[in-house]
Amino acid sequence: MEKQYIDLYKTHHSLIKQHAAPVMNESRDASFALFEKLGFPTTKLENYKYTDLKEALSLDYGLNVRRLDFPVDPYQAFKCDVPGIQSYLYFVVNDAFYPEYNEQNAELPKEVIVCSLKEAAEKYPDLMAKYYGRLSTQKQDGLVAFNGAFAQDGFFMYVPKNVQLDRPVQLVNIMRADVDFMANAHNLIILEEGAKAQLLVCDHTVDDVRFVSNRVTEVFVAENATYEHYKLENTHIKTTNLSTLLIEQQASSNVLGNVITLHNGLTRNSIEIALNGENCETELCGMVIADKKQQVDNFTSVLHNMPNCHSNELFKYVLDDVSKGAFTGRLYVAKDAQKTRAYQTNRNILLNRTAKMRTKPQLEIYADDVKCSHGATIGQLDEQAMFYMRTRGIPYEEARLLLMFAFTADVIDNIRIPALADRMKMLVEKRLRGELSKCEGCTICQ
Amino acid sequence: MLEIKNLHASINGKEILKGLSLSVKPGEIHAIMGPNGSGKSTLSSVITGNPAFEVTQGSIIFEGKDLQEMAPEKRANEGIFLSFQYPVEIPGVSMVNFMRTAINEQRKYRELPPISATDFLRIMREKKALVEMDNKLTNRSVNEGFSGGEKKRNEIFQMAMLEPKLAILDETDSGLDIDALRIVAHGVNKLKSPENATIVITHYQRLLEYIIPDYVHVLHDGRIVKSGGKELALELEARGYDWIKQEVAV
Ligand SMILES: Nc1ncnc2c1ncn2[C@@H]1O[C@H](COP(=O)(O)OP(=O)(O)OP(=O)(O)O)[C@@H](O)[C@H]1O
Ligand SMILES: [Mg+2]
Repeated sequence: MEKQYIDLYKTHHSLIKQHAAPVMNESRDASFALFEKLGFPTTKLENYKYTDLKEALSLDYGLNVRRLDFPVDPYQAFKCDVPGIQSYLYFVVNDAFYPEYNEQNAELPKEVIVCSLKEAAEKYPDLMAKYYGRLSTQKQDGLVAFNGAFAQDGFFMYVPKNVQLDRPVQLVNIMRADVDFMANAHNLIILEEGAKAQLLVCDHTVDDVRFVSNRVTEVFVAENATYEHYKLENTHIKTTNLSTLLIEQQASSNVLGNVITLHNGLTRNSIEIALNGENCETELCGMVIADKKQQVDNFTSVLHNMPNCHSNELFKYVLDDVSKGAFTGRLYVAKDAQKTRAYQTNRNILLNRTAKMRTKPQLEIYADDVKCSHGATIGQLDEQAMFYMRTRGIPYEEARLLLMFAFTADVIDNIRIPALADRMKMLVEKRLRGELSKCEGCTICQ
Repeated sequence: MLEIKNLHASINGKEILKGLSLSVKPGEIHAIMGPNGSGKSTLSSVITGNPAFEVTQGSIIFEGKDLQEMAPEKRANEGIFLSFQYPVEIPGVSMVNFMRTAINEQRKYRELPPISATDFLRIMREKKALVEMDNKLTNRSVNEGFSGGEKKRNEIFQMAMLEPKLAILDETDSGLDIDALRIVAHGVNKLKSPENATIVITHYQRLLEYIIPDYVHVLHDGRIVKSGGKELALELEARGYDWIKQEVAV
């Protein structure tokens, strides 16, 4: 399975490097060597035991190592005129940042940089040298190593000291190809001290081919900075969406991650947040609505490396048909991370007997003065509540919907952009009603 | 209005109702009393169509229609309401949304358009006033964190909103303080008309001083074993159930 990629790299590594920035190439051979050693993750590994990638990764996918342009105008494909969600809007098609200027982004503060990773490497080599790969190259993970070997471009955002963005930055990832296709984007996001930014990532697929997206995002959140990361996935059933989000927090920073899978094929989100300064606040939540043969595996890791930090994790799944969900909540509290408060909750509803959920808290606590809790439940909709509502004249289907919607409400409540929360409520309701049964382009931007 | 004949019902294979008959006409108030576990709540569950119970024999006819053919929501929209002995908490579903959905389903059933926002708010206000319900409660999730008494008051509020033809009040008095009891009973009486009927399930005479029954029935071991006028309730209060059990045993 790995062989075709190993051969590809050996034959074409100079071509790959030629079309990428030098700073990205510095660690490339080492990443490749690591991938050669690790291979793609298998279910034999503890961290991947719930999700088998073999079938998805053994197919033959095209890669665009020569960086040929894909003819697509995302502004045509995705009209973004949602009343209320005013954002700075950017597109990445496969792994290429869409360069065209957009009027909507005219008001982006001049000192903020948003561009392709490649451009950033050319124009801001110092920033890139300081941050690129700092979190990802240490990971003993086959997918991340693979990304390090093959990634040539991606999205770059830099928010300097004390600059606070007044509206969200929206990154629409579009997978577009005429043949089965794989893209390895690498994103880099840097917030300096006291900066504030909200990033809304929307994952979409447009063509009826098989896609593998193996994306790595590194985020650096400096002291007193506030960062919100929303990810909304609405991709088609033939998509394998492998996403690694690595966040590093410095002292007194505040991070919110909210990862919502509305529609997908096979999704693996690896999220790791390292609290490397005191008094960090971290809120990590997510929601999955899956049916048919969809699979979603959220593997999360919160690392309390320093004292006096607070983290809260909440993931909710609604699974129907023969869908499969998995959740891992790894919580690490270092020996010196006293006064840590870390909480974790995973609640799941299985709408029938054929849907499957695997959930695993993984607590590694080495400090003694801490408050930690975790809880996981897997259940059905509350029969008594169903009956109660029906005695008020609310039909079975509607009562079910109200309960499912109520179940997901607290994840939506964790969206700090009111217009997005409203939009999300509508999308979730549509999805639960079965009206979003296939990906129809950017539902955020319709 | 309601004709129950020789009703047998069981849960998990265990028979609870063992040949119960009851006839209720418009405008009447029936009180059902009886020892714990005799099947009073089971009866209300069966009338409202709780899928946990299985009717094995007998019939329940409401306004000429066989209830057993109907889903719980249909029975509700036909005009049957149950004030639960143990109202259910539904976290995440707001009272307002819940009530609006219920009202609109009822209107849909009657082929009426959805209620306008202003009408809905006005009716909410009126009915809240009727049972003197705190504004804060209707801003919360259904019954979530409500006290025992608040839950009961909320049941009567919902009844006032839905204006049923047949209301079954299952121990609505338990958990209410004396003032609340009076207010709730007053609310029930306000909603009373010659067209609708009420079944009051209670252990205590006290409620029946406010809501005066036309008939009192004693339910024992899944059957109505004695029926009488309102004075039967007084007798039960004074003498307990043992004498009836003995009468039945003889
Ligand atoms: N789910 C169940 N499984 C088995 N038995 C049940 C179940 N639900 C109720 N029962 C039994 O049915 C019988 C009647 O219960 P029911 O709740 O109707 O009594 P009740 O007359 O309302 O009592 P109370 O005055 O205490 O409210 C009881 O013996 C009870 O234990
Ligand atoms: Mg009872």
